Amino acid sequence: MTTSPTGSLLAAHDLRKAYGPTRALDGAEFSVHPGEVVAIMGPSGSGKSTLLHCLAGIVPPDSGSITYNGRELTAMSDAQRSALRRSEFGFVFQFGQLVPELTCVENVALPLRLNGSSRKDAERTARGWMARLEVDDLTAKRPGEVSGGQGQRVAVARALVTGPRLLFADEPTGALDSSNGERVMELLTEAARSTNAAVVLVTHETRVAAYSDREVVVRDGRSRDMERAV
Amino acid sequence: MSIGHTLLGLLESGPRHGYDLKRAFDEKFGHDRPLHYGQVYSTMSRLLKNGLVEVGGVEAGGGPERKRYAITDAGITDVQRWLETPQKPGEYLQSPLYTKVVLALLTRRDAAKILDVQRSEQLRGMRTLTDRKSKGDWADQLICDHALSHLAADLRWLEPTAARLDKLRKAVTR
Repeated sequence: MTTSPTGSLLAAHDLRKAYGPTRALDGAEFSVHPGEVVAIMGPSGSGKSTLLHCLAGIVPPDSGSITYNGRELTAMSDAQRSALRRSEFGFVFQFGQLVPELTCVENVALPLRLNGSSRKDAERTARGWMARLEVDDLTAKRPGEVSGGQGQRVAVARALVTGPRLLFADEPTGALDSSNGERVMELLTEAARSTNAAVVLVTHETRVAAYSDREVVVRDGRSRDMERAV
Repeated sequence: MSIGHTLLGLLESGPRHGYDLKRAFDEKFGHDRPLHYGQVYSTMSRLLKNGLVEVGGVEAGGGPERKRYAITDAGITDVQRWLETPQKPGEYLQSPLYTKVVLALLTRRDAAKILDVQRSEQLRGMRTLTDRKSKGDWADQLICDHALSHLAADLRWLEPTAARLDKLRKAVTR
């Protein structure tokens, strides 16, 4: 079992997932508490991205349980999981997540607009988040006109704009140089902690993982909570 | 760190008392290890004896006499030579962790556990440094970056080593 899943926001038990003959997850365990930043680490191909995709309800596991806030994710329909992702989860990926035709503020406001907010209200909230991520001078620019680091901060603002309780970040600094990457991590973790959002962070970079509270290492589809290593 | 050269370097911007030197050293280089007054005065005595500093004046006060030290031309040359001499890179061939892993493999103990414990300890250290770097000034950022780079390099060795322990065990016990 994972470290004290009691009070956890999200907990997974004995997750298994195979792609053909390849066992991507082979009995993985995981838990994250409100306001906690947990890094998932491990070598390439170890199953860490598959674990994140299962935890986020993007990919269903073959077996095992995933409980989010008392609800069993694996028992939900696709539509229910989609609704949950829109309302409770935020996502940051390595790249390619901003809509190139929209301005940065329109990108950040997009999740609110999809949830029914008026353009004026959505963009006001979006501007507030952009200021927190130190990119409020980019509101009128399009993603193609900003640097990689700036674009990633815009993406973090967009992930947090709906006030998610859980933020999934898959190699969020993978395409950035180290100083830009660290600044993105500083701002991401500060913003998440200020709203008590939990963060599940997949990274192979130890300097990025150092922004977490705890790390889980995945090897050959099995997870190991490193708190228990000591 | 060469305390003597560092104090000499600090004197290049102008003469200072021993107390001022200690304060300037602690502020820029002391971090978790501030200088003792005794170290400052013993170092200055040595530099004085070697002609690298001179006493620019003595102030009498209520307490002990306060000497004001100034760097000499020979001192400036010495600092210059020290700065231009490259630091010898660490050889890293006497790592206690390497020894522990090999001994664990030889004695059929759990080498993976040793690596995992070390990995966890390294990341704990990196978290502390990352936090200090985020909250600190330029000096904290610079020194923490240096320390973080070294800890991250150790971790880059740990992971592939953990991944090939079975092969290593066979090679070590052959």
